[in-house]
Formats: sequence, structure tokens, C-alpha cells
Amino acid sequence: MSDPGGRQAPPLSPDALPRTRTAWFIAGALVAAGLPLGLRGDYALHLAVAVGINTIVVLGLNLLMGYAGQVSLGQAAFVGVGAYASAILGAKLGASPWLGLLAGGALSAIIAAVVGVPLLRLRGHYLAMGTLGFGMIVHIVMVQWEGLTTGTTGISGFAPLSIAGYRLDSEIRMYYLVAASALLVLAMASNIINSRVGRALRAVHTSEAAAGTSGVDISRYKLQVFVISAALAGFAGSLYAHHAGYVNPDSFGFGYSIQLVVMVVIGGMASIWGAILGAGSVSLLAEYLRARQELSPMIFGCVLVAVMVFMPDGLWAGSSDFVSRLLGRKAQAEHS
Amino acid sequence: MTSSAVIQYLISGLTLGSIYGMIALGFALIYNATGIVNFAQGEFVTLGALIAISGSAWGLPMPAAVLAAVAAVTALAAALEWGTIRPARRASVITLIIITVGASILLRGAAMWLWGPDPLPMRPFSGENPISLGVAGATILPQHLWIMGTLLVTMVTLSLLGEKTQLGKALRATAVNREAARLVGIPAERMVRLSFALSGLLGSLAGAIVAPLSMGQYDMGIMLGLKGFAAAILGGMGSPPGAVLGGLLLGTLESLGAGLSPTGWSGYKDAIAFAIMLVVLMAKPTGLLGRGGKS
Repeated sequence: MSDPGGRQAPPLSPDALPRTRTAWFIAGALVAAGLPLGLRGDYALHLAVAVGINTIVVLGLNLLMGYAGQVSLGQAAFVGVGAYASAILGAKLGASPWLGLLAGGALSAIIAAVVGVPLLRLRGHYLAMGTLGFGMIVHIVMVQWEGLTTGTTGISGFAPLSIAGYRLDSEIRMYYLVAASALLVLAMASNIINSRVGRALRAVHTSEAAAGTSGVDISRYKLQVFVISAALAGFAGSLYAHHAGYVNPDSFGFGYSIQLVVMVVIGGMASIWGAILGAGSVSLLAEYLRARQELSPMIFGCVLVAVMVFMPDGLWAGSSDFVSRLLGRKAQAEHS
Repeated sequence: MTSSAVIQYLISGLTLGSIYGMIALGFALIYNATGIVNFAQGEFVTLGALIAISGSAWGLPMPAAVLAAVAAVTALAAALEWGTIRPARRASVITLIIITVGASILLRGAAMWLWGPDPLPMRPFSGENPISLGVAGATILPQHLWIMGTLLVTMVTLSLLGEKTQLGKALRATAVNREAARLVGIPAERMVRLSFALSGLLGSLAGAIVAPLSMGQYDMGIMLGLKGFAAAILGGMGSPPGAVLGGLLLGTLESLGAGLSPTGWSGYKDAIAFAIMLVVLMAKPTGLLGRGGKS
């Protein structure tokens, strides 16, 4: 609380050196490729796909929150726009699912570019409220514009993705598509962070005034990241639609927006590997508790509070601190 | 559209707005002491309503039931600060906000476990006979008067507290500048605790007085909390008069929007309220009475 803005610069990720980054990336790819061997049954794969989809959204949101320092409480709306773009194009026009995937990302990006110009003039909690309001409006439109979205009935009956006649209609096939996409997005996010844009973003996060005086075009960078995060959310939404085969406004409400922010913070802001950890742990915990009825929201709330109290910088920083201490080394570079 | 209908919408809008305003005051108090947005604010409202409902169902007289609910939630809010916010006080603002998100999920879960998922009714404080206003046949329910009156009493009490007492002055000083307040010896930690307790008090009071109109349900706090947050932002985060103004404005817009929109469009009433809020924010990015700047 002594630091109300929480404005220290996010540290360079421990994998900032290109060679280390590549090594981490290859390790991640190997784990992702081998994971299905360790997962039994379609249910586990189904969850893995869900985690992958959330990871893509969280990577984008993490760029926005952790690096550009801008909060969005309306990210679910962009996921929803992507999902509905795919569903409507597929079910009403019979368009190719790949077109839907493209349209989902593009439409979300366009909407973000339009609303981002006025919204990103807001700061701090005002921006949080602005994005929250935007998300609520989009959600209400999904429910009310029945001519386009069929309202709460939802949309089904659109084709799954297919590659050269090979339909991605089983969990395992979908898994590999989502895992590959998530890894690509991860590589892209990592490149952005370690590029000129990434340095500019960190500067904006540390001090907008200083960054501005040094010639960083603040509003342009903020808008770019906002658009990128929305495009990723829309793309993930399309993947979600084709995976589930059904979309419904319930999936894209305020609760999901909050859950996404929780994933970013639990994993660790300004840490792309934390994004996977955040998306994975929150999705799996929620799913595990869902079957346990009455007490589950209370347990979920307790776990969330406990993690944040004991690991205020998130699971990634928290666990890497723990490992370093275990190895007897001094915790490297403060993860504050 | 008759003028009587418009008056009726205004009355229900101002009633709803009074509730939003009280919730928004709670947001403002905690924001001023800590810089965080307390996402558990809506759950204070829920618990205030549900405890008051149970109290009166067990045969407590209405004032005692309301008092018990307010006392219990005030203590709970202080305990929440002690148990979750204080141990993490060195964490960043966003971490603290996520802690309040966790607390809200926890409290909502507890409310569902204790009271079940169905809405529970509560008797109005003083009957259900509408009072005629003598203008264009418009009427007002006694409970509406109770709600508007409570907001008025709350505002007067809070401003007296702020002007006349040492504690209130300390709280106001903290609101103006947390660092400077600490430097002149105002115990920051006690101010944080106090702000949580007061927010719990305001939230639960709002819940207890709105319950006869809206009924009480474990998840009622989600929407009420969001609207209270919207009202606080609309008025200017951290400004008590702004919080009340924002609440009344939001409630009125919502009610008029729902009432005056063409048939089949009333589902958009919340969208209208949020859209107007966004337009106001575009024109005035720090809210109507906000000092701005602080993130």
C-alpha cells in the first residue's frame, strides 16, 4: 500500500536472452507435444484445450496489464465477439471455419481500435470501469439482439475446423491445434516484450510522463497493445466456438472478464510463462471444484486470497523464488 | 407517456439511485484509505439484506433486525481487512484488488451455503400502502421514503463526522493525501481498518433497506456492487458527494431509460446506463466531481 500505483518497472523476464528464450520455448513445445501421452481420456484433453484457449487470452491481457500497465475488465467481450463471429458466419452463411477464425480475431481487433481511442484516455480505475462498461454493453447486445445472436438460446450447427478435409472434431486433434496456436502466441508475445515496443511499454508502465518526454508515443503504443490483446482474445474465442460447437452469451459475461484478470495476476503480471501457469491453475481449480457442489465457491475464494497473500507477485515469481531458495541461491532479481 | 408515469419512474430511479449512492460511498471510503477498489462491497450489501431477513423471520422487531445485520457486517468487514488485506499490505494495488475479488467469491459462496439459492422476501418497514403525492396521481411507497431518508441521514452523519470529530478529520486527511497524513502522525493502518468497517456498515445498511423491495438473494450483490462502482466512478472516485451524485444519476437514468424506451427495447436498460456513463467519462475522464490524476 505504500506504493499505490504499483509502478515499478516489470523486470526483464529471466529468459530475456535470445538463446535462453529459444531453449525455454523448445522445452515448452516438447511438454505440449508429449502432454496427451500423460492425459487419460477425452475429458482431460478437453480441459487441456480449455486451458490452451485461456492461455491465449491471458497472454494478450498480460501484455496489456503487465507491460503496458492498462487494466481491462471487459476482455470477455472480445472473446465473445470472436466466438460469435465464427458461429454466425458458420451457421448462417455456411462460411469456412478458417474464415471464421480470421474474422473473429479481425473483428475484435477492429472494435478494439475504435473503442480504444476514447477508452484509453481513461486512467487507472476509470479505465477499469470504462472497459467494464464496454464489456457489459457487448454482453447485453449478445443477449438482446436476437435477430443476429438468437439471444440466450445460443448458436450451434456450425462446422468444426478441418485441414485439407481432415476434420478437427476430436479432442486430440483440437488439442494440437490449440497447443500450437498457444505456443505461437507465446513466441510472439515474447518477441514483442523483447523488442523496441516492449521497452517502450515498460517505460510507459514505469512513468508515462518520463516515457512521453523521451519521445515515446504513449497513446499509440497503448492502443497497439490493446488491439493486439483484443485480436488474441477474438482468435481464442473463435477457437472456443469451434471446440465447443456451441456459443451462448453466458460464457462471455463479467464473471469471465474477472476470471481472466485473476489468471493474469495469479500467474504473475509481466511474465509470459506466468500466463500459462495462471490460465492453467485457475481453469483447473475451477473445474475441479465445480463437481464439488456447495462449498466450491468458498474454497475457490479462500485459495485465491491465500495465494495472493502469500505470493503477492503471483505463482511464477513465487515458485521461482521458492526454487532458488531451495537451491540455496539468493533469489535472483526482485520480482516486485 | 403521461407525466404521472415519468414521476413514477423518477421516484423509483431516485430510490435505486440512493442505494447505488450508499454503495458508492463505501467504495469511495476504501479507495481513499487504500487506493484499491473493493470488489467485496456488493457482498456487504447481500449479507446486510440476508441477515436482516433472517433476523425479522426469527421474530426480531424490524429495527433490531436491521441493527443486528449492520453490526454483524461492520464487524465482518473489519475482520476481512485484518485477515486478508493487512497481511498483504505491501503488495501492489492490483494484488490487493484480486484479494477482494477472492473475498467476494468466498462471501457469496458462504451466503449461498447458508441461505440457499432462492430469493427471500422481507416485510416493508412500515406497510405497503402507497402515499399520494397530490401531483398527477403519482404515488410513493413508504419503503421508498425510508430509503431516500436513510441516504439523507447517512450523508449528514458522514459529513458531521468528517467536520466535527478528530477521527473524521483524520479520515479526511488520509483521503486528501495518504503519505502526508501518515507523516503528521495519523495511523494509516487504523484508517484502513476504519474505512473497511464504515464500508461494511454502509453496504449492509443499503442491503437491509432495499431488501423489502428487491428481496434478498445470495448473488444480489454482484449487480448492486457493479452499479455502486459505476456510480463512484461517474461521480469521481474518492469524492463522497460525487458518489451520491453518481448514484442518483445512474439510478434515474436507468429507470427512465427502461421506462421510456420503446417496447421490446427495455432489455437494453443496463446498456443505456453504462453507455451514458461512458459518454460522461469521455467528456470528463475523472468523473463529475473527481480530483483526477490518481491511478
